[in-house]
Parts: sequence; structure tokens; C-alpha cells
Amino acid sequence: MPYTPHTKDDVQKMCAQIGIKDETELFDSIPNELRAKSFDLEEGLSEFEVFENFKSLASQNDTSKVSFLGGGYYDHIIPTAVDALSTRSEFYTAYTPYQAEASQGTLQALYEYQTMICNLTGMEATNASMYDGGTAIAEAALMAVRIGKKRKKIIVDSGVNPIYIKILKTYLAYHELVVITLEVKNDGSDRETLLGLIDDSIAGYIFQNPNFFGSIEDYSEIIKALHDVKALAIMSSYPIALGILKSAGEVDADIYCGDGQSLGNYLGFGGPSFGILACKEKYIRNLPGRIVGITDDREGKRAYVLTLQAREQHIRRDKATSNICSNQNLMALRATIFLALLGKEGFEKLALQNYNKSEYLKAELSKIDAIKIYNQNPTFNEFVISLPISASEFIDKMEEKGFFAGLRLETLFENFENRVLVSTTEKRTKAQIDSFAACVKEIV
Amino acid sequence: MSKRYSNEHEWAILDGGIASIGLSAYAVEQLGDITFVELPEIGAEANKDDSIAFIESVKAASDIYTPVGGEVVESNEKLEDTPELLNEAAETTWIFKLKVSDSSEFETLMDEAAYKAYLDTL
Repeated sequence: MPYTPHTKDDVQKMCAQIGIKDETELFDSIPNELRAKSFDLEEGLSEFEVFENFKSLASQNDTSKVSFLGGGYYDHIIPTAVDALSTRSEFYTAYTPYQAEASQGTLQALYEYQTMICNLTGMEATNASMYDGGTAIAEAALMAVRIGKKRKKIIVDSGVNPIYIKILKTYLAYHELVVITLEVKNDGSDRETLLGLIDDSIAGYIFQNPNFFGSIEDYSEIIKALHDVKALAIMSSYPIALGILKSAGEVDADIYCGDGQSLGNYLGFGGPSFGILACKEKYIRNLPGRIVGITDDREGKRAYVLTLQAREQHIRRDKATSNICSNQNLMALRATIFLALLGKEGFEKLALQNYNKSEYLKAELSKIDAIKIYNQNPTFNEFVISLPISASEFIDKMEEKGFFAGLRLETLFENFENRVLVSTTEKRTKAQIDSFAACVKEIV
Repeated sequence: MSKRYSNEHEWAILDGGIASIGLSAYAVEQLGDITFVELPEIGAEANKDDSIAFIESVKAASDIYTPVGGEVVESNEKLEDTPELLNEAAETTWIFKLKVSDSSEFETLMDEAAYKAYLDTL
């Protein structure tokens, strides 16, 4: 969209109309000492100079490395059609439409998004997306506390992405509730301690499956224990895993959360992404955010509308479910196109490829005596390796050989100096995996 | 058994220490088609004028304030699936019942004639 500034004439006319001398009078209510004296801005650049500047910045990117990084954001193939369709001018805005019903096409796309997310997660209701996986978890915790009325305790498993846990604690800092962190036992949930904690003062338990270390566990016994005391089971997951693992609905979880980056969105230094938040239908009035519904207009034609808006702050004011009144529209749209292109069978195949390639990598690395696989549970597309050398030395040496070898867990957890989280996706070829394993063998 | 009204348009009927609370026909007419009622939890303690229930209509969302204080002993669960009962018979459909803690609060409410006069001033 071109930038169309007002001419001096325009500005003068507007000032005259509202009866002020010039636009500085609009700031009269701000005391002088609070106003900025200068903004210390450089001289403007011409269009040509801006292009040259960004070209030179872009040339510093190193796109030659093969990535085995995971831990929440994953390097997946994005079909070209996702870019082609999502950048059509009818769709291409990062913003949620404010005169929503005037944008029937956008609402229809979001309605399809909601349908696909419900199919994927096995949940009955979802909103039109949240900001990211972390804020989705925070909103799920708030839902659980609202539903639990007098219950103010949330248990969060430390197998949940530690960045999400940070977001959760930041978000909830000024709410009247207690977040109890349940430390993992090796690579999985500490069931014994957890079952001891679950009583009728608990609003909900948040877990991630597969967890941050990639481990897959059966949570059915825990979910039953939660439901016995009317506490909610809040399941977070990496959505690609839903292609082969049991969905949140199948394990009878009450709320599902996830990060949508892996569904057709670029890595781009960690964003932009979007959050998935879905729940059982009986909790829909406690679900925050925009929800698109379907109805008939007065001529009997199908029409899309924003629905159940009494949950939101423009109607319910201070008692609204959340202060979110937007969504990550463009990212959710990309996910819709991505999911539509893959279809149910394609999505399952994608998940299987991720699993199989990771299993192959695990088998190859297991052949190296000095490497130990840390996970005791089965894994999906990432796992932890224990090294005989420090993780930082390992990562540096692998980078010299052309690999981003994984995530140094010591940056997020204590006592993980020699451990690295390694991930594969469908994008990694057998040749790349073989070469990776060969380089690891050389280094350790 | 007399019926009393609050100026927030709730009605109360007191019977043996238990007050039934509903919304006046005037309030329901103002709200339009009612689509959802959030009922209070059994056992919840409320003071007079606390907002303990919530109502949504096609036009608005509003709190329901209890005109007398006490402990919630019953909620009209029929309203969960058929909130339109309130549109059909507002003056005879109770929303929740309270074990009243101080019956003098009931006495301070308006009787039917006073409420009618109050409506005329709106």
C-alpha cells in the first residue's frame, strides 16, 4: 500500500475545521516537560538507498547450514501455494478485520480454519487463533481457573516448553492464582508426585505431549485422576504430531493448546506464528478470542459472523474472558491453506515421515559408542543426546561442518551441560542424516 | 407470600427463609431474546447487590444482582438448555434460590405498586 501523506493544504483545512491554529495545539494537554525535545532520527533515505541497505544486510545471512534444530520451531517444507494464495490482496493483511462481517471471505477462511483445527485436535470448539503457543497456554490456565470457580491452583509440567512456562508465569503474575511447577523425572512426567498433588483445590494440569524433550507418554491415567476431582486436563502439543498420535479429544483432554508455526509458517527468527486454543463445547463461553460462526442472512443465504461476542471486552467490559480482541489472522490463514493442501492422508504421511526420519537418526547415532540417547520414552521427531564433550564445543564443531546440530539444553535447564536436543523433519534427506551422523562420530 | 422488586429489576419471593430470585417482565422485555444464563454455584455466599449470575440476550450481556444476601441453595438448571423460559414467563421463572441471611433486606425492597410507580419514572 502506498504511503499517502497529507499536503500542507490538507492539514490547514483540517485545523481550520476544528478551530485550531496548527496541529501542535493538539498536544497542548501534554505538559511541556514530558514532550520529546528531539527524536534523534537520521536523514531519510531514498527508495534506492533503502533497497541497497537491506540487500547488504540480507547478504550476511548464512542459508547454507543444514538445520537439526527443534524445540518448538521446526524447519518444514512450505508448499508454494501457501505463499501464492496467502499473499493475494484480498487476504494479505496481518490484521483481523474490524468491520468483520464486511469481510466474508476472511471470515469463511477462519471458519474453515476452526473446522480443521477441531478435526485435528479432536476438540469440539476453537477460536480464530491466539498469538502463539505460550499465550495459548496462559489463556488455557485462565480458562481453567474461571471454570474451576474457587480453585486457584494450576500445575504445569516442566516437560512443557520452558519458554511457554515463562510466558505463562508472566501472563499470570498479577492474577490471584498459584502456578505449581512439576519437575520432570528424567525425560517424562513424575507421575507419583503428580498423583499426590491432584486434589479438589487444583483447577487444571498443563502437560505437553510429546514433551520438550520429544518424549511421548500415555496420560490417560492422569487425565482420569484429574476428572475424578473435577480438575481440567490441558494438553499442549506440536500439531504435526497429531497426525499419528492420539488427539486431545481421543485422550479426553478438556483444553488443547499448540503453536501453529509448523503449519505453513516460516521460521523467520522465531515468528510470526500463531497459537491454537481449542476446548470441549461445554467450555466455549470461557474460551477467549474471536469465534466465527455461520448463519443465514435475511435472504436465506449463508453468511459468516463473529459469534458469542458477549465473552469479549467490547460487550462484557471488565468481566470479559480476556483482553485479546484480535487474532493472528494471516498466520492462521496460511495454516488453513497448508492443511487443505495436505488433506487428512497427506497430514498423516507428513507426521509419519517426521517420526521415521527421527527414528533413523536415533538408530544411526545409537551406533556411536560415545553417544547416549537420554530419552527412556518413545519419541516423535526430536530427542536428547548425551555427549562426552560439552554441548557448546559440539555445536561449534558441527557448525564448522555445515550443521546447526541442535539446541543446547543447558541454556534452559540446570545440569544439562552435555545434552543437546536434536530434531528432524521431512525436509532432511537420508544423505543429510547420514552425513550428520558421520560428522558426529568424527567429533566425539 | 409477597413479591418484592429491586431497582435493578430483580424480583424476590420470600417463603420460610428461602428467597426465589427472578427478573421482572420489564427487564426481560428490555433485554430481548435471551440466549444464555450463567447460574450461580450452589453453596456460594452472596451479599445483597452482589453480581452472582449473568445473562446474555441478542442485544446485551448483563449481570444479575441478588436483591437479598444469603447462601445459594438452588439454581434453575432448566435455564441452561432453555433460557427462553425467561422470555415466556419472566415473573414466574425463578433463576436461583437463596437461604436468606437477613430478612430485613427483603423488607427494604419495593412492593408491586411501588415498583410499578418506579417503572413510570424511567
